[in-house]
Formats: sequence, C-alpha cells, structure tokens
Amino acid sequence: MPNLGIEVLFKGSNMLRLLGGLWVSLRISLIAVGFSILLGIPLGILMTVNSKIIKAFTRLYLEVVRVMPQMVLLFIVFFGTTRIFGWNLNAEIASVIVFSFWGTAEMADLVRGAFISIPKHQYESARALGMNSPAIFTVVILPQTVRRLLPLSINLVTRMIKTTSLVMMIGVVEVLKVGQQIIEANRTSSPNAAFGVYGTVFLLYFIGCWPISMLSKYLEKRWSNA
Amino acid sequence: MNWEVIGSYLPLYWKAMLLTLRIGWLGIVFAILIGIFCAIIRFYKIPAAGQIVGVYIELSRNTPLLVQLFFLYFALPKIGIPVRADFCGALGLALLGGAYMAETFRSGLESVAKIQTESALSLGMNRSQVVLHVIFPQAFSVSVPSFVANIIFLLKETSVFSAISLMDLMFTAKDLIGLYYKTTECLTLLVVFYALILIPVSVLGDRLERRVRHAEFGN
Repeated sequence: MPNLGIEVLFKGSNMLRLLGGLWVSLRISLIAVGFSILLGIPLGILMTVNSKIIKAFTRLYLEVVRVMPQMVLLFIVFFGTTRIFGWNLNAEIASVIVFSFWGTAEMADLVRGAFISIPKHQYESARALGMNSPAIFTVVILPQTVRRLLPLSINLVTRMIKTTSLVMMIGVVEVLKVGQQIIEANRTSSPNAAFGVYGTVFLLYFIGCWPISMLSKYLEKRWSNA
Repeated sequence: MNWEVIGSYLPLYWKAMLLTLRIGWLGIVFAILIGIFCAIIRFYKIPAAGQIVGVYIELSRNTPLLVQLFFLYFALPKIGIPVRADFCGALGLALLGGAYMAETFRSGLESVAKIQTESALSLGMNRSQVVLHVIFPQAFSVSVPSFVANIIFLLKETSVFSAISLMDLMFTAKDLIGLYYKTTECLTLLVVFYALILIPVSVLGDRLERRVRHAEFGN
C-alpha cells in the first residue's frame, strides 16, 4: 500500500486552511448568486415583452454568455479591462463581476422560460372567473412560475459553486490554491501529499454540491405534476 | 490594437485551437459513448451496475472539471498511475461529459410513453426492433436540446486544460500576455478563436433542435 499523503491534512491547521479556502469559493458564488437573482428576474420579465429591440439585445447578451467560456470572461475582466481602463481590480471582485454577468443571463433565461411555459388558458380562465390583472399575476401565474423556476435556479447555484474553482487561475486563493500551497510546503516531508489533498478537495466540492443537487431534484419531482 | 502583433500571433493561436479541438472532439465522442452505455444501464435498472453508475454520475456531476483534472493529473501518479497530459484532458472531459450525457439520454428514454413499446410489441416487432426503431428515435429527439447544451458546455470546459499545462487557447493567451504584455491583442484573439469554435456549434445545434422538434409523439 503506497503512502497516500493523507497525514498532511492533520498537520498544523492545514484542514482549517482548506475549509477557509472553500469559504472563499462559497462567498464568491453566493454573492454572485444574489446579484444574478436580483438582476436576472427583472431582465427575464423584460424578455417576455414583445419588442424587437429588447429581444435583439437580450439575444446578443445570452449568446455571448452561452458561447464564451467563463475563464475567457474572467481573463477579459481581470487582465483586459484593467489594462484598457487603467484601474485596479481585486481578483475576487473581478470574479464576482464575471459570475454575476454569467448568472444574470442564465437566471433571466430561466425566468423567461418559466413564464412562457405557463399555458395561455391559465390567463384566460382566470380572466373568465372575473379576476383582475394583479390578482391573476399574484394568485395564478406567480405560484406556478415559482414552482418551475425554483428547482432550476437551485441547480444554477451548484453550477456557480463548481465554476468558482476557475478563480484560482486569476490568483484568488481558494480551496484548490490552498491545496496547492499545502502540497508545495510539504514537498519533502510527504511527497505523496497531492493524492490526499486533491482527493479531499474533490470530496469537499462533492459534499458542498451534492445536497443542493438532491434538493433541486426532489423539488422538481415533487412539483412536476403541478 | 496592433495588427502586426495580431498577425504574428495567429499561427500560435491556430495551433492551440487545433489542440483544443482535437482533445475536445475525442472527449466528446467518448462522453457520448459512456453516456449511452450508462443511460441504458440506469434505464433498465441493471442490479449492481446501476448503483455503480449512479455513484459515478453523482460524483462527476457535483465536482468541477478543474478539480477532477488536478486529481487525475497530479494525484494518480502518486499511487503509481502516471497519466500523460493530453490523455488526461480527454479522459477528464469524457468522464465529466459521460455523466451529463447519461442523464440527458436517460430522461429521453424515460419520456417515451409505455404505450409505444406495447403497441410495437403487439404489431409483432421483437425486442431489439422495438428499441432500435421505436424507442431510440423518440428518446433521441427529446434529448436533443440538452444534448446540444452539453456539447457546448463541454467545449467551453476545455478552457481549463491550461491548468494541466496543455497548450490550448487559454494557455497560449496567458503565456503571450506574460511574455509581451500585449493584453488587448491576446484577449481579442482569444475571444475570436473561441467564437470560431463555438458559434458554428451553437448555430448547428439550433438548427438540429428545430428539425427534430416535430418528431415527438402526441404534440
């Protein structure tokens, strides 16, 4: 049995440092999710409006986000904009900007999809029952939309958390970077640390994302026939 | 913007794009094969194999590709399994994509109504004919939108290959920025080349989706 380099994790405060790194990733994704929800819902509602100009702009925005890898966006914001405009940008703020930009597009598309998936007869039946427009929206349309929207947006949260692993490439010290530092620091005393440390990081991400995915799946199944 | 610089960088980016495409293409083909295989195991609830596939799917869907690649590339050699970088990239992409494709195909298979199988059997078709001519075509047409989304997602994910020192587009851009500080030119080329790869896929995907939309039964 080869040495798996797990002992490194129990040395000093290494495990705590890894968890601290995980918190950096989570913090970035949670802030970005917050912005995405705040900006994505109004944008999604705006996208259901029948206007050629709005449609063209949102289409362009969504297509850019759909086609460009998040890593390219990170590079553009972190290296490109700082060069062109000459400002100073903290790597963490740059990641929050990129992930909010990406998440807003995804969220808006989900909101739009949820709204247009409500059949027209729901509006018409409510109208025939004598409900006024605000009542139709709050009592009939909104509950159904939320049920369709919630599982998918929870899924977006896990994708956001997973994608934050990229921020190490622009120098944010998150869980993977901390892992790298621990491996470097213990290069001589435990040469096999890479196995234990990267295995642990892998499991940490899994423990973080899996319950959220399960929740999303559960809600989707429960509300699917609503 | 310095056009001379852009001109001199073009061959480097072109080479990097070919690498991205080569590994991406390999990874996606194997992802589709793994996906079909796992979807069938899950759909027919084959004992033991079904559970193993389930664990594999959850593990790879709930962790980032970057972490998976780090594990494959840096950790496996420590327990005596050395992996070459390009092989590692293709393998990582195939394993990640396989899990996504498996879920896509499985939900496609599940969406085919039971009455379809029963009707086909009562027409005198045998099991394999039912699967090949009745279930698969319908299941595939349902899976197409998320199949296309998966392919775009996987091609985008290839951008993390630079982390295991594969000289792909991302690596080239980062390297050139570090060497000559022509940030604007490098990033512009990066965007252009990724657009060159992904916009055709996106357009073709849209067209495919529109073509198969009316193949669903009962709509």
